Amino acid sequence: MATATTSPERQSFIGKLSTLFYLHPRLTLAALLGPPLVWLGVVYLGSLFMLVAQSFFHLDSFSGKVVREFTLATYGDLLSQFENYNIVVRTAGMAAAVTLAAALLAFPIAYYMARYASPRLKALLYLAVLIPLWSNYLVRVYAWKIILAKEGILGWFLTVLHLDFALDALLKLPVIGGPSLSNSLIGMFLVFLYVWLPYMILPIQAALERVPKSLLEASGDLGAKPGETFRHVILPLIFPGVVAGSIFTFSLTLGDFIIPTAFGTSQFFIGMAVYVYQGTSGNVPLAAAFTIVPILIMAIYLSFAKRLGAFDAL
Amino acid sequence: MPPAAGAIIVSASNSSFPAIRFSNVSRHFGEVKAVDNVSLDILDGEFFTMLGPSGSGKTTCLRLIAGFDQPTAGGIQLHGQEVIGLPPYERDVNTVFQDYALFPHMTAGENVAYGLMIKKVPKAEREKRVEEILELVRLPGFAQRKPTQLSGGQRQRVALARALINHPRVLLLDEPLGALDLKLRQQMQIELKSIQQRVGITFVFVTHDQEEALTMSDRIAVFSQGRIEQVGTPAELYEHPASAFVAGFVGVSNLVHGSVAQAITSSPTMFSIRPEKIHLADPSAPVPADSYSAEGRVREVVYLGMYTRYVVELDGGGELAVMEQNLHTTSMDVLAAQGRPVRLIWQRNHVSLIPERAN
Repeated sequence: MATATTSPERQSFIGKLSTLFYLHPRLTLAALLGPPLVWLGVVYLGSLFMLVAQSFFHLDSFSGKVVREFTLATYGDLLSQFENYNIVVRTAGMAAAVTLAAALLAFPIAYYMARYASPRLKALLYLAVLIPLWSNYLVRVYAWKIILAKEGILGWFLTVLHLDFALDALLKLPVIGGPSLSNSLIGMFLVFLYVWLPYMILPIQAALERVPKSLLEASGDLGAKPGETFRHVILPLIFPGVVAGSIFTFSLTLGDFIIPTAFGTSQFFIGMAVYVYQGTSGNVPLAAAFTIVPILIMAIYLSFAKRLGAFDAL
Repeated sequence: MPPAAGAIIVSASNSSFPAIRFSNVSRHFGEVKAVDNVSLDILDGEFFTMLGPSGSGKTTCLRLIAGFDQPTAGGIQLHGQEVIGLPPYERDVNTVFQDYALFPHMTAGENVAYGLMIKKVPKAEREKRVEEILELVRLPGFAQRKPTQLSGGQRQRVALARALINHPRVLLLDEPLGALDLKLRQQMQIELKSIQQRVGITFVFVTHDQEEALTMSDRIAVFSQGRIEQVGTPAELYEHPASAFVAGFVGVSNLVHGSVAQAITSSPTMFSIRPEKIHLADPSAPVPADSYSAEGRVREVVYLGMYTRYVVELDGGGELAVMEQNLHTTSMDVLAAQGRPVRLIWQRNHVSLIPERAN
């Protein structure tokens, strides 16, 4: 405000403070980083530590109480049940399928936004990509319920096009099929793809923006056809962006429990398992141990991405 | 191969065709006429420069040759073959880009080998040729470096090597020396010229720097507002500029027209006279029969070390810039000329008449 800056007393205090920070860069750094570090340290790392600690406790099956002593019994429970492996494979498979499909869908949109769209159109496309994120997640998920239901919008539309036989054939497929789209892995895949797609488009688009047009021209000039330019120049340069996007789509799919609950058959996903263990059955140690699984999967995934050179350009 | 220029020009098999032919080429972006009805022949094996200020259409012409852009009208032939509609990867030309456009995820060697890799040349031969070409651009042993580990001048050489390794029949260079400092630029000018003579391929060089153009080129096309003002050897452009624009853009020139011209040459036709061709003499000095003269008063003296630049206000109106070498004069001598009445004398054959443009 004008009054604040013209008042000589305030000004000299603020002036002194500014000079203090200017002359002591370490103090400035401490003032800047202190609050977020405290927040991250206490809340994020603290809760993560609690989670890991919980997974080494175990539930007394007679009393139904958590025994706070170090034991590997919970991990034993986790690893001894065959169904748990199915849950992990099912969830990771879904996350991988969603990530791959999102990357394939996102690239053309991102490429158009980065290379061809006018500034105005680009702003509109940003808006179109982001608008779904502004509305409530549950509302969007249940909107898809209506779209994918047995007598739902998509089914009706396919009947009009006389393509309902194709849908029926699709739903008769083993594993991924089901009684209707809204109760099958195919339907769940579609909804996952819809909710996480923006998280893939934006990093790929940002990566594409950083590739100068002259590099593509140089590649063509040196004899490369567009496909070769894509393989040798565009893809290696945007790969970090694709990996960044896939970290979102992959980890968000791994952890979600609402979409598998709403669209699944009776088969469990990791998120559902964690939810059920810590809620209904009160087995917090087992839920915690199960939560370690996606963390491990992400760690393996990232080290694999690193091996492929995803972070070389960082 | 003898590096004689004549031998190089006849080396191509179908040398009856020019390396590049523009026939009434236009490239319009909506209302903007980036290139406007340009016709031009570039000969096989010559070092040809497109010179002009920014926005004059020279870079657009280069992009039309490379195939990055297509003309809105007219035809372009490369060695007699019509190339309109051909993509860059089907044209036997290579480009050195203004920003070098080196692939940041590849080493210098991989960058240079890119064209050969695309052509599926075996790896062993690729490496051998990369070594040879890096030798040619004086970067031996740099194959393993990443572009970020190279200086501006070194990147420029890698970009040159990457284009030359494909043995293109035409090499296009888009202001490749623009980002280098003066010393390095002058060194690269000489080196580029010698490389061009050694490899014997047609170089088309785009620049806005007239000195650079005069240093390297066999012939120069001067561009202004999407059109070619004049095509000629450096000497022709300098000694006989065909337009006021060329006279002013290539070197420095005095342009005299109207009544002032009438008073000197007895004709109102505009003429151009270079400042270094004018001799500064006493008002009483005799005027030789083959010379023009004008009287005036020295308005400004700028001592430049090797030269002194005078601005003389003519009695008949207007002013002329005069450049004199300080062969016998000191700074004290030349500065004392300020305000003195003088007679300017120059030979008639140093005058270029510039007829008014029809348009």
